[in-house]
Amino acid sequence: MLARNRGWRFLPLAALFSLLLAGCDGVLNPQGPNARDQYDLIVLSFVIMVIVMVVVYSLFFFVIIRYRKRKGQTGYPEQVEGSYKLELTWTIIPFILLIVLAVPSVMDTFVYAKDYTKDKDTMHVKVTAHQFWWEFEYPDLGIRTAQDLVIPAGKRVSLEITSADVTHSFWIPELAGKMDANPGLVNKMYFSADHEGVYKGKCAELCGSSHALMDFKVVAKSKADFDAWIEQLKTPASISADAKQGEEIFKKKQCIACHAITPDQIGTGPNLAGFGDRQVVAGFRPHTAEWIEKWVKNPQEVKPGTLMPNLGLTDDEAKQVAKYLLELK
Amino acid sequence: MEWLTTVDHKKIAVLYLVAGGMFFLIGGLEALLIRIQLMKPEFDFVPAHTFNELITMHGTTMIFLAAMPLIFALMNIAVPLQIGARDVAFPFVNALGFWMFFFGGLLLNLSWFLGGAPDAGWTAYAPLSGPDFGSNGVNFYVVGLQIAGLGTFIGGINMLATIVNMRAPGMSFMRMPMFVWTSFVTSIIILFCFPAITVGLVLLMFDRLFDANFFDVANGGNPVIYQHLFWIFGHPEVYILIIPAFGILSEVITTFSSKRLYGYSSMVFATVLIGFLSFMVWAHHMFTTGLGPVANSLFGVATMLIAVPTGIKIFNWIFTMWGGHIRFTTANLFAVAFIPTFVIGGVTGVMLASPPADFQYHDTYFVVAHFHYVIVGGLIFAVFAGLFYWWPKLFGRMLSETMGKWTFWLFFTGFHMTFFVQHFLGLMGMPRRVFTYLKGQGWDELNFISTIGAFLMAAGTIVFLVNIAVTARKPVGAPADPWDGRTLEWTIPSPPPEFNYAQIPLVRGLDALWVEKTEGNKEMVPSEPLGPIHLPSPTILPFLMSVGLFIAGFGFMYAGQHFDNGLAQALFNNYIVAGIGLALFFACMFIRSLFDDRGFHVEPEGLQEKGAKA
Ligand code: HEM
Ligand SMILES: [Cu+2]
Repeated sequence: MLARNRGWRFLPLAALFSLLLAGCDGVLNPQGPNARDQYDLIVLSFVIMVIVMVVVYSLFFFVIIRYRKRKGQTGYPEQVEGSYKLELTWTIIPFILLIVLAVPSVMDTFVYAKDYTKDKDTMHVKVTAHQFWWEFEYPDLGIRTAQDLVIPAGKRVSLEITSADVTHSFWIPELAGKMDANPGLVNKMYFSADHEGVYKGKCAELCGSSHALMDFKVVAKSKADFDAWIEQLKTPASISADAKQGEEIFKKKQCIACHAITPDQIGTGPNLAGFGDRQVVAGFRPHTAEWIEKWVKNPQEVKPGTLMPNLGLTDDEAKQVAKYLLELK
Repeated sequence: MEWLTTVDHKKIAVLYLVAGGMFFLIGGLEALLIRIQLMKPEFDFVPAHTFNELITMHGTTMIFLAAMPLIFALMNIAVPLQIGARDVAFPFVNALGFWMFFFGGLLLNLSWFLGGAPDAGWTAYAPLSGPDFGSNGVNFYVVGLQIAGLGTFIGGINMLATIVNMRAPGMSFMRMPMFVWTSFVTSIIILFCFPAITVGLVLLMFDRLFDANFFDVANGGNPVIYQHLFWIFGHPEVYILIIPAFGILSEVITTFSSKRLYGYSSMVFATVLIGFLSFMVWAHHMFTTGLGPVANSLFGVATMLIAVPTGIKIFNWIFTMWGGHIRFTTANLFAVAFIPTFVIGGVTGVMLASPPADFQYHDTYFVVAHFHYVIVGGLIFAVFAGLFYWWPKLFGRMLSETMGKWTFWLFFTGFHMTFFVQHFLGLMGMPRRVFTYLKGQGWDELNFISTIGAFLMAAGTIVFLVNIAVTARKPVGAPADPWDGRTLEWTIPSPPPEFNYAQIPLVRGLDALWVEKTEGNKEMVPSEPLGPIHLPSPTILPFLMSVGLFIAGFGFMYAGQHFDNGLAQALFNNYIVAGIGLALFFACMFIRSLFDDRGFHVEPEGLQEKGAKA
């Protein structure tokens, strides 16, 4: 009876909570099954906690208002030792509340630990975190990209996550919770996106100066668009005459020493194949010629502590390179 | 000089208070700089690297150099007095503990002037803190914290010995004031968890200074081990901070409600249980590390369990006030405000304990909000309560209540403004430890509010400092028992004489003074005849020993460095400086063990007329 009564009373609260925060981004705006389950757990725990808080706060405010010492009050109040029954009550009720939370928590914990890395109906991606960028390898498709994790919407994606240097943490608030990228270890996780769209991804573990800027994007495409994207990535980009000069500079200035421009090669820096189709520069800046120029001219200024050196490009060279890079499609 | 050689627990309390307070101000300043930088999106107030140094030093300073010492200050004031003792069990060790903490903290903070502070976060996870990625500053972290940690460790053991051995006749364990109980449990936690961090720091130091490979993957090391070592210490550490806060609260609330503590024995039981569970839950800081579902589930459920004893405490405090005559002095305002604030920190803790949900919260501002609710809203509120409560006992002067209330309201409002909104920032996807954030994510307003709140807290702290300054000019004249107290410390003059008790009192129940008051007695019954009192003599050795370690620390840190100056090069690179420091340290130990110091005796004058009744 009591429990039902409470449930009824706090239903509006839960609704209010969802309403209030529905407009917000991030964890509160789940766009995939994992994030949605996690959101449900958050709401469940929130409701339980509000119940607790309402009880404690009512008692608390009652007591401090009712029993404050009044003028002219003399003598001492009665000294009460305690009450076995009451104390037992506030031991047992929290226990029950905790079980309500613990059961789904443990169940979900095991659900998320499922290993889909060998599953045929799943897309496989190997994620390697670097200071301060993300590398994505699709072993089944023989391609590598960086900064943009392109996936087919609605399909389960299984990740094997590791790091090339320090500990990072892979996080897409709207799609799935975090998983650490530890050097020397491989962590597994999976997720999927309900709809096509672009989702923010972040590094969540302090990893050096530009930890704050170690963002990436998850780009969910329809099945057809995804296949088209693969096709295009695999066909060498055709560089217009206009951009040829940029290509020369790219090769002459040793950009090529770190950056591969075909999707099958490994470099010490991000693979730039298909760069023209990316969402962001350096993981977080708008994909405009202007930002690309800024970046190649002085990477340290855009991303403090980045390992990409300043190659001393002139303004003009930077323009040419940007033009070239935008044609890498 | 008197201060450098003292072994009196009350003076050492003052030293802890001054040093801890100073570090609190430094940590607070760092917090303000952090908050200014985050006031607006893409703000250029401090550069990225400096920001990481700031968060690292803020966290490290607040936990190790501010919160812990302030707790030790209060323990040093109150524990010996509350158990009716003349000092702690080992006054020499007490002084040594303080000086080691102080010099360790000093060494750590000198990093700001010697080429940059540590920058790997207060948790200093390897490999970011290792030789390949961490800046030089991390050396200061590993060496400074080892020295400071040793100080804390021996301080904790000393408290333990004091509480076990030095209680006045009649004070059984179940008659100890709650603050003594919590100090006892805290000391046990210190005893067991400091070795873990010491191991972690030593391994990290070996990696950094002597090219070992404990955490270096390329050479077969494993960085996750560091995380375990850190949190096996780090989680109990949080309880080292909060458990004494529970104790302070119990003292203050009972006194100002004029009631005994509700459910004393269940409070004791809950404290011990929390202390025990604090060791069982470290991996809840590592849910996303990839430990697997079994470990995550077990640690998640164990973490949730802590809510039960904590809940018992909350209700017991509320029922202590129930039916009382509550007086809202400043001390009690802080104590009472602790309850609703800490409840918020507690429930978010339970929310964090669910591993799948934590995959979302982990390392976001939700966590920052949570632990500040616990540490600032819990511990710092309790420290303020404790300071206002025991100030007259320690210094013989009452702090101004008017200014005290200003401090409270500024700090309280500022605190909630700063940290409440951070829960939402976290849920909206703001990671912690970010030096900047992009516009257009809906975080701007909340961050701005948060920064304003931080300034209100700073204002509250400034009023408190003014209060201290003004109070210090007043004549000594606080009554022995200004609050109508219940425990032994209020039976002796404020400030207490050097020997505390001319005659050790006889304890006849819980809340010993209260027992006598209700029986109409004005004073405690003494348990011994009046006679000369033995006291340990002051000594400079603890100070010198710590200086020795301080020098040795520099010696080791700079042993591999290149110096332009040939002399410095020779001295450091051949471990000569390190050797000198260690030699000083061991020489002091040697002297201490060679010369038998019998201390001295004082005659408690003017108290002769009272003969012993016991
Ligand atoms: C004026 C009051 C305070 C303010 C405004 C403040 C603010 C902050 C901020 C903004 C952060 C950085 C969060 C991040 O980006 O990860 C932080 C971290 C932290 N704070 Fe505070 N804080 C205050 C007081 C305290 C106190 C009193 C303590 C402990 C006694 C404390 C302990 C910590 C710890 C342990 C960290 C984590 C540092 C790290 O991530 O390495 N803070 N604080
Ligand atoms: Cu990272």
